[in-house]
Amino acid sequence: MPLRQALSKLTLPIFMVASFGLMLLGKADALLAERARMAVADALSPLYAALAEPLSVVHRGIEGARHLATLHEENARLREENDRLRRWQAVALALDAENTTLKAQLRWIPDPAPSFLTARVVADAGGVYARAVLLSLGPNHSVARGQIALDDRGLVGRVTELGARSARVLLLTDMNSRVPVTLENSRGRAILAGTNGPRPRLMYWAEGTQPAEGERVVTSAEANTFPPGLPVGVVRYSTSNVPEVVPFARLDRLEVVRLFDYGLKGVIPPEASVARQSERRR
Amino acid sequence: MDDRTPGIRPRQTIGRLLDALARRFFPLAMTVALVLITAAPFRLPGQAELQNAAALACVWFWSVFRPLSMPPPAVFLVGLLADLLDFAPPGVGVVTLLVAHAVALRWRRAITRQGFLMIWLAFVTMATALAAVQWLLTSLLTLRLVPLGPALFQAMLAAGLYPLLAVLLARAHRTIAEPANA
Repeated sequence: MPLRQALSKLTLPIFMVASFGLMLLGKADALLAERARMAVADALSPLYAALAEPLSVVHRGIEGARHLATLHEENARLREENDRLRRWQAVALALDAENTTLKAQLRWIPDPAPSFLTARVVADAGGVYARAVLLSLGPNHSVARGQIALDDRGLVGRVTELGARSARVLLLTDMNSRVPVTLENSRGRAILAGTNGPRPRLMYWAEGTQPAEGERVVTSAEANTFPPGLPVGVVRYSTSNVPEVVPFARLDRLEVVRLFDYGLKGVIPPEASVARQSERRR
Repeated sequence: MDDRTPGIRPRQTIGRLLDALARRFFPLAMTVALVLITAAPFRLPGQAELQNAAALACVWFWSVFRPLSMPPPAVFLVGLLADLLDFAPPGVGVVTLLVAHAVALRWRRAITRQGFLMIWLAFVTMATALAAVQWLLTSLLTLRLVPLGPALFQAMLAAGLYPLLAVLLARAHRTIAEPANA
């Protein structure tokens, strides 16, 4: 009996030590931690995918009720916007036609059309200190790390972790997200750095190409991680005069995203680099 | 269950044994279920904080009132599941929940005598301290100063959630989780 009592007194300290060991292990072997997470995500993603359907109906119902209240003003605004867009459409069609003729004269090699697949967002995979979403994929998917996620309006983020049936997309608002961008008017380069807030921040623009309020921001092909020209957002200065970007993508209500394979291998994804290191060790 | 107390008891059968086991493991099963539910795609603002707060409140309640049903291995399991679901650095949630468990074991006799308000105050103090610890550990493990706002929000959420959860858990404690009812 005394031995049993002593053992039961020891369980708490033992598990305490084990949890610190787990912390060190998670830091030392990032690959193992990632595999464990994706195994849990894989196991739960069918369940959450099944839940997502009825939940999105409820969300849409709530959204619809909210829209009913502002129907009148919204209608007036949309009518005005529609007139404006119609004028722009005429301009765009003229430019498109002109562009085609010019390209035909220049023997321009068109960019290959990228392949993409569409996946449903099944859960938030960010936790308290990160911004990410979990996608549910079919069992034999062809998604790879580093593929680029877009919603119907603009850039969402990149695939960072991959399981057998699910993938995690790090949003561009996450603290660890860095996206090379081009300021569309000045053609200046900058880095878009996430802050975990709703608006990522612009950093490292060259002297003389100060981001202008309202300027469109698109991805840049520098570092060979993104194709050029994907729409990202619009520059807004914060109250403390820091240039931030309001993303085009509706990151707080993602339901479906498209994963594009541009075949870019600019930055080596984490698992590959870890695997390569362990190979070197052998 | 207990041979030390005299009295007449019904005979031990497989059914009664299973019943007692189910009641014994109810707190763990309920906590795990709550962690899984709060990870579901409800798209509530602050859902990740809610998950941590709910896990902490459950572990605290059962460690104070029925530590036999929430032993350290169970706490470890809940913490690990929360960490994996959250994509947090593994171990951070486990450590905070184990500390909560240890504090509850140490003070349970003193605070339960003072009534609900004292238990709640102790929980609020501890939740605030643990949110700070969690923030510190996350900053250390990700080598980056993460914002303090979510930690504060998590502590406040836990403080507000505990009384609501305690009402439900106290009912369960007297009825469904009581092995003596088997």
